[in-house]
Amino acid sequence: MSAHTSTPQTQSLSNQAAAALPPGAGGAGGHDPNGEAAKAARRGAARRRKGLKALGFHAVMLAATVVVLYPGVWMLTSSFKPTNEIIGNISLWSDNMSVDNFATALSGIGGVGFWTFFTNSMILAIASVVGVTLSASVSAYAFARINFPGRGVFFAIMIGTLLLPFHVVIIPQYVMFNQFGMVNTFIPLLAPKFLAAEAFFVFLMVQFMRNLPRELDEAARIDGCGHTRIFASIMLPLMRPAIITSSIFAFIWSWNDFLGPLLYLKKPDLYSLPIALRLYVDQTSVSDYGAQMAMAVLALVPVMIFFILFQRYIVDGVATQGLKG
Amino acid sequence: MLLTAFPMVASLYLAFTDYDLFHDPSWIGLQNFRDLFADSRFWTSARVTAIYVLVGTPIKLAAALAVAMLLNMKHRGQGAYRSIFYAPSLIGASVSIAIVWKAMFIDDGIVDRIAQVFGAPAGGWVGDPSKTMPMFILLATWTFGAPMVIFLAGLKQVPAELYEAAAVDGAGPARKFWRITIPMLSPVLFFNLLLETIGAFQVFGSAFIISGGTGGPADSTLFYTLYLYIKGFAQFDMGYASAMAWVLVIVVGVITTILFKTSNAWVHYSGDNR
Repeated sequence: MSAHTSTPQTQSLSNQAAAALPPGAGGAGGHDPNGEAAKAARRGAARRRKGLKALGFHAVMLAATVVVLYPGVWMLTSSFKPTNEIIGNISLWSDNMSVDNFATALSGIGGVGFWTFFTNSMILAIASVVGVTLSASVSAYAFARINFPGRGVFFAIMIGTLLLPFHVVIIPQYVMFNQFGMVNTFIPLLAPKFLAAEAFFVFLMVQFMRNLPRELDEAARIDGCGHTRIFASIMLPLMRPAIITSSIFAFIWSWNDFLGPLLYLKKPDLYSLPIALRLYVDQTSVSDYGAQMAMAVLALVPVMIFFILFQRYIVDGVATQGLKG
Repeated sequence: MLLTAFPMVASLYLAFTDYDLFHDPSWIGLQNFRDLFADSRFWTSARVTAIYVLVGTPIKLAAALAVAMLLNMKHRGQGAYRSIFYAPSLIGASVSIAIVWKAMFIDDGIVDRIAQVFGAPAGGWVGDPSKTMPMFILLATWTFGAPMVIFLAGLKQVPAELYEAAAVDGAGPARKFWRITIPMLSPVLFFNLLLETIGAFQVFGSAFIISGGTGGPADSTLFYTLYLYIKGFAQFDMGYASAMAWVLVIVVGVITTILFKTSNAWVHYSGDNR
């Protein structure tokens, strides 16, 4: 390898420069005395250098992959190990692998079974998706297509709330929901989703809608459609990609949310998975790492399934929608 | 909007009151703010968060940019690498990962053992006040995927002709990076910087889990948001917590404004409208 890396810097630079020139422009410089054989030799060397470069590249990337994936894989395999083989054990394998930890985790805590927590989390996540999709798409339509008075101001306020630390609203919101007697219900967690208080999703959909051709709704209007009809029959179908992206994120964020359920759900049979998980850690702090790992794995399964199924949408969503900020 | 605008006003009012959720709020003027500035734990929490933002964000962004540049090279398998590196961003803030992190960094944990191989004194990071911050910054850095994906989208927009022209003029990799990549990427860099800074101010769940809700050891993980939670929802000092929230709003507002103002000097927008 060292023989190749000692290739003079200047030569590789001139090679890049040559590659930059369009084919056939090689002779334009006037002094390119290479014959066919020399050219072939150079091409061979270049190919070998390219192969080595690819090798080095993949070595770096694979090393990075190992580092990035290690905590996750370690968690996964640890969940099958006996508790006394988890802490301090770098190995990803044990001779005593079993599903005992999962049996313990599934039996739940404090008399409430795992599936109760799972169902609570699922209800919250699915209702969030429905709420976000409905409310954000309707308000986005209003922002993008209807000229109502104060639109600019409202839009600016909405963008402002994107940058605002959410902590400023949690206390008064808590006070309010507490006075309505809604603590220990799912309402405080879902109401913001149904009332389009999640500015991120509104913003994402407004950006998307602004790129849809206005001629479509104008044509529909001439044909006698009102706003409801234009929204339902023209906008919604066209907005599929934006709706899919925001549904995925609404699901995952709701699923992982910790602060909201921590504030509003105080009865174990209402706990969502993250809160149950926290209770689990507090109760079994030193003793049962195996069951903790098993439950941590179970809590991540839906997110991972989502990621594997929709990775294109997720990654592209971040790349494109993120950029438009 | 109702759920945001009204609470904002209510929160501002509460910041000037003494309120414990059970009795009516009573107006006490600036007393909360005076108490706040005399509260040493408040300053500790501000310092913890400031270090996290000032050190963690640049490290995370540097990692994100470096990997994005690798992903922008023409090689096989880039899509797979991109997905793998992005995955931690989705779960990094979850309770599950906080538990794993704690288990890895605890006394006699994996990290402790590996560090001992390299001659570090024995002892986990979770219980050592001087090592908890590096542990959190590593957790933040592990989730470099989201800014990385945004950087990568930005890199793909940089016209290849610029690099070719620079190469013809004899520019080396370092020069190309500083004179082409960074200026062309500056709008994306600005966007990421803004997003990650604001995000870093709000870290909560992992700090809560790893410290067991206390901010310990020795208040070394007492993030601002965690202290706000303790004040408001463990001690029910809602007026005090509202005052804290408004201090945070003002600080984040000032930082955002500074970022926007200075961006005129270093963010380069190409002629075409983006």
